[in-house]
Amino acid sequence: MVHRRAGKIRALTMADKLIVRRLDAWFKNVQALRDINLSFPENNVTAIIGPSGCGKSTLVRCLNRMHEVVPGARAEGEVLLDGENIYAPAVDPVQIRRRIGMVFQKPTPFPTMSIEDNVAAGLTLNRISLPHAERDRVIEKSLRQAALWEEVKDRLRRPGASLSGGQQQRLCVARALAVEPEVLLMDEPCSALDPISTARIEELLLDLKTSYTIVIVTHNMQQAARTADLTAFMYQGELIEFGDTRQIFTNPVRRETEDYITGRFG
Amino acid sequence: MENAQPQHTNRHYEEDLRSLRAGLLKMGGLVERQIAEAIESLVSRDSDHARAVIKNDEEVNRMDVSNDEQCIRLLALHQPTASDLRFITTGLKITTDLERIGDNAVNICERALELNEVPQLKPYVDLPRMAEVAQSMVKDSIDAFMRNDVELSRQVIERDDEVDALNYQIYRELLSYMAEDPHTIGAATRLLFISKYLERIADHSTNIAEMVVFMVNGKVVRHMDKKKQ
Repeated sequence: MVHRRAGKIRALTMADKLIVRRLDAWFKNVQALRDINLSFPENNVTAIIGPSGCGKSTLVRCLNRMHEVVPGARAEGEVLLDGENIYAPAVDPVQIRRRIGMVFQKPTPFPTMSIEDNVAAGLTLNRISLPHAERDRVIEKSLRQAALWEEVKDRLRRPGASLSGGQQQRLCVARALAVEPEVLLMDEPCSALDPISTARIEELLLDLKTSYTIVIVTHNMQQAARTADLTAFMYQGELIEFGDTRQIFTNPVRRETEDYITGRFG
Repeated sequence: MENAQPQHTNRHYEEDLRSLRAGLLKMGGLVERQIAEAIESLVSRDSDHARAVIKNDEEVNRMDVSNDEQCIRLLALHQPTASDLRFITTGLKITTDLERIGDNAVNICERALELNEVPQLKPYVDLPRMAEVAQSMVKDSIDAFMRNDVELSRQVIERDDEVDALNYQIYRELLSYMAEDPHTIGAATRLLFISKYLERIADHSTNIAEMVVFMVNGKVVRHMDKKKQ
């Protein structure tokens, strides 16, 4: 089992923030994930790659209990956040989603809300009410972390929809960061962005990983190669290979990985 | 072996890779012939032949530039990964080694032209033998590259010792000539150079063979103890 071995090598040097054990997931009676086992080390960027329909989005959505939101969808197995199973009966999924934030494929700002309200939306939804000064401080900090502050500081009351696509996506990152999560899940965060905005987000990933554990789903293999410390390759609902990004892209162990990343697929 | 790999979804990519492979094969064949003809021009003391070989090097250089461009194009346009990346980077290095081998063949001819101006010092026995081994190393290293053949690469790497031994033997023999009669120094040093050129050709083939091991296994065996390779 290649991925287990690779996981162990990493675990010697750093703590695993998230551990997935024997995870299966279904949409009604279609099985989308089969026996997934892997660990996401703290303060690392882990990329999940694979062809469309391989289950990569389902996997990240299982990591913060977003999968079950879809009618008929369910998951079995364990996802341990700092050793605690987020699927344990007593766990509140809303709490989990606060600790494990998510950024989606298309920028999803609340269009009518102002930029600052967008950033603070997570706080409001989590019923965290802060004194004004403190709220402003969180907004500024989040926007700075998302590398957006300089561009929007003079128009915080303008609607979120007034920003460009790349800025909107960074606004969504800021919104996710405002509630101070520990893990950031990103599902194709750059697929709707131009190359410059993409470069900004990639740069951001490298800055953010010093404080967060990041999981990114991407179709862009160069993006995985550039930004991720570890890469997982999935195919047909299974984890095929998991290891150091450099090794995966220069000398993968599994034939399926090789065929996919070199473009010999289907 | 890797040959059984399915084709790339992108046909142009597949074709570009194939044309790089063909370009390197063609260059390998030409360079191999250049060595054979260089030695032939030496042994037969045929200066016209030597000049023809020198002229032919222009073609080798053109192929080097074209292979190089092809590699750079592939890297820029397709962002290759894994075995493709190793194939292309290996191609980039192999073309340089082949070009140097071509230069060594030219150098042999230049010394042959000088040697043809003076009486022959001795019958050439070891030099053609050495050339034969060096030439077989070039051929086998290119074959190994074409077939992803690690075993053949290892054989090439081992054969380098044979060439080194012949080089040393030639050196000792020529040294004794020069010690006996200083008038032979001019011709003997030129023969020494030729021996050295052949030894360099074998080294370049060894480089190619080592790159093939990297290309196939992703393992770097350069600058290693032979036993560990």
